[in-house]
Amino acid sequence: MSLTTFIFGRLSWALLPQNPIAWFGSLFFLSCALAVPLLITKFHYWKPFWNNWLTSLDPKRIGVMYITVAVLMLVRGGIDALLMRTQQATSVGASQGIVTAEHFQQIFSAHGSIMIFFVAMGMLFGLINLVVPLQIGARDVAFPFLNSVSFWLFAAGAVLINCALVIGDFSTAGWLAYPPLSELAYSPTVGVDYWIWALQISGIGSLLGGINFFVTILKMRCKGMTLMKMPMFSWTVLGATWLTAIAFPILTVTLTLLALDRTFGMHFFTAGGGGNMMMYVNLIWAWGHPEVYILVLPAFGVFSEVVPVFSGKKLAGYTSMVYSVIAIVFLSFLVWLHHFFTMGAGADVNAFFGIMTAVIAIPTGVKIFNWLFTMYKGKIRFATPMLWFMGFVVLFTLGGVAGVVMSEPVADYQLHNGLFLVAHFHTMIVSGVLFGYFAGLTYWFPKIFGFSLDEKLGRRAFWLWLFGFILAFGPLYILGLMGATRRIDHYSATLGYQPWFIIAACGAVLIAFGFITQLQQLYVSIKNRHALRDKTGDPWNGRTLEWTIPSPAPFYNFSVEPEVHSRDAFWASKLHNKADVAIRQTSAVAEAVEAEDIVLPRNAWQGLFIGGFAFLFGFGFVWHLWWLVLVGLIGAVTCLLTRVFTDDEKLERVIPAEEVARIEESYRHGHASYSTA
Amino acid sequence: MDTNTTTREHEPLTIHHTSIAEQDLKKDQTTFFGFWIYLMTDLLLFASLFAVYGVLRANTFGGPSGADIFSAPFVLTETLILLTSSFTMGLTMMAARANRKPLVLAALAATGLLGLSFVSLELSEFIKLIAAGHGPQQSAFLSAYFTLVGTHGLHVMIGLAWLLALGISIGVRGLTRPNMRKLLLFSMFWHFLDLVWIFLFTLVYLWGIL
Repeated sequence: MSLTTFIFGRLSWALLPQNPIAWFGSLFFLSCALAVPLLITKFHYWKPFWNNWLTSLDPKRIGVMYITVAVLMLVRGGIDALLMRTQQATSVGASQGIVTAEHFQQIFSAHGSIMIFFVAMGMLFGLINLVVPLQIGARDVAFPFLNSVSFWLFAAGAVLINCALVIGDFSTAGWLAYPPLSELAYSPTVGVDYWIWALQISGIGSLLGGINFFVTILKMRCKGMTLMKMPMFSWTVLGATWLTAIAFPILTVTLTLLALDRTFGMHFFTAGGGGNMMMYVNLIWAWGHPEVYILVLPAFGVFSEVVPVFSGKKLAGYTSMVYSVIAIVFLSFLVWLHHFFTMGAGADVNAFFGIMTAVIAIPTGVKIFNWLFTMYKGKIRFATPMLWFMGFVVLFTLGGVAGVVMSEPVADYQLHNGLFLVAHFHTMIVSGVLFGYFAGLTYWFPKIFGFSLDEKLGRRAFWLWLFGFILAFGPLYILGLMGATRRIDHYSATLGYQPWFIIAACGAVLIAFGFITQLQQLYVSIKNRHALRDKTGDPWNGRTLEWTIPSPAPFYNFSVEPEVHSRDAFWASKLHNKADVAIRQTSAVAEAVEAEDIVLPRNAWQGLFIGGFAFLFGFGFVWHLWWLVLVGLIGAVTCLLTRVFTDDEKLERVIPAEEVARIEESYRHGHASYSTA
Repeated sequence: MDTNTTTREHEPLTIHHTSIAEQDLKKDQTTFFGFWIYLMTDLLLFASLFAVYGVLRANTFGGPSGADIFSAPFVLTETLILLTSSFTMGLTMMAARANRKPLVLAALAATGLLGLSFVSLELSEFIKLIAAGHGPQQSAFLSAYFTLVGTHGLHVMIGLAWLLALGISIGVRGLTRPNMRKLLLFSMFWHFLDLVWIFLFTLVYLWGIL
């Protein structure tokens, strides 16, 4: 090995972007990356940024950071989507569209990977961080430092996957990188390595986050909150983190084995050497199918909170909801083979997995009916979160039925690898997962920031998303039935696909406007934050513990520890006290009971640095910069050791009772704002 | 709905107070439970590797099979060393409960030395195989073998680094409450590696030799 190869590995100037669109992507990413530190310097915000954000162990802060990264990644994935829609609408007959076939393959691979791993997972863990401790009456998560490490690993993966815009190329092997295409023989560039290491690093973050919240929910619930008194959102998160803890180790192994094949010439999935590529497909879907339920269960949970509150009724069939979550957790491990019925596993195997796939629709159906029964004879308020639910329930049911159609192996042989499938899973992920998270973000926003989001713009965004979605994905169902396969970069004009693709492109533009409207909504709401201020801490007439405390939630969450005796504990208190004052920690109770000393973890810089070193580690592996791999490894371990060798007492701080009383007092007089919370 | 009755379903919120001692106890219990969950995820990681090995073990692609390269006395020696280290780890915990710091350090050192000799034996076996041309690149079977056994070896090495850090911490600060907690976590980790090795011994070596 020459010295140059040792220092620079596979890096070379020739690998900088080669065409205008790639240049644009590269510059866009670099300017975003540069803008953040410049803006912070301009506004002299470094110190609060360091103390309140980068080193914070407060799950509410970490949650906001998760969602910020996820929204940025949604911009990236969304631009990819617009490029794909433009390409497929224009690349017909003599026209070759706007990008080359090779570039198109990179775009769809990046789009899928980013949307699942960095948008959906980011919003998921963001919401979990924001809501779960508040909802179970806890002041913190089980392992606050681990939570910070999880986030920074996620962020490191997000940066790494975007590095492909600047130097080298991205994988062309689709979002799950099936071998043998993803093996070195057929993908010799760094693209697949970027994919592997970005997912590996963020995936380990997700695994640690999953363990953390699984333990948090099982061990940190406030007194009196038995599992069957736990709010539904927390139940679905319990299910999702349970699945995370079981499924993500399989992903870790699968990615490692692919990396060993590519980097060290092993033969797990290669075409030669005795490798077995179908084993990869089995392994990746043994993780991948539970992953779908990891994403969607908490969205179900959001709706299980939103529908009762905005219908003014308790959730119908709580017990059946709980058991359907558990049923989904188990069944989601018994359906993975339906992703490759065409592999030729034989009629009996296909029949088993086909039946299991149809069966998993039953617990989901139970949920749909329960939400509808909750609404029945309720006093429904059509606020934005409820609108997201209404859009969800129609589209998700239709998309679910399309899924049951494909659960028939016979039908699947026709529909496999076609646009019908693409339309189906986008219905599940967009109108299921994303609409759910949007509803949740709107619903819990005032609790985190102390003011509500603008309703008018929220509604407008919803309608744009809804119609945009129908226009963008309705045509794909039809195209799928016409025989259009997924991932085509060019087709003949005689096939008659083009009109449908043009409609789909229009839908994508509408969705883009929906997203822009959401940004506008955020901007307008921040501007009008005084008018939109949540003075009561309970803007929606809520039922669960998070609404008993003031908004924005103070950093210690609960000044006194709640003890619950029923489901919907806050609602029960409201009924009991009749008057609207209910049990409000800021008012009657806090005055009657003396505030107590609260022990919370101190800030930690190590999480940020571990994320940084993990990035170097991944980047080193992608480019074969072995010295950088070593730097990343040693750096991360050193960060951990500094933490291990710090005395326990120095990791914690005590907020004296007087300080708590003073903060609660400032809430009573309406002086508290997000910066003090 | 009747709002006047205070049946169990409509009982209002009350206030609870947890003492510092209770909080500390709860924190320890949470840590142990969390570590158990982590160990289960690690076990699933090994389970996936075992499954991969099971699929690929016959794919020797013209290279040697397990029967050709495994030596029963050698693996038995490795196994006995690791089992003994589990025993000394048990002694460490007993000494820690009896609050005898020198004994704790001695038993911990014995555990570390046994672990080190286990890793050395494993590495020497790997080096011998690679030198004979039977590296992980030769066939799918060897890829799976090296990865499965190597992952276990890597865990042992991480355990050894942890053991060293823990030994220093106990040497400097004594058997404090945090150190006792960390010692118990380490002991769980060490026994876990032993358990995984039993499966490795059976499913890789015995099945390969027989």
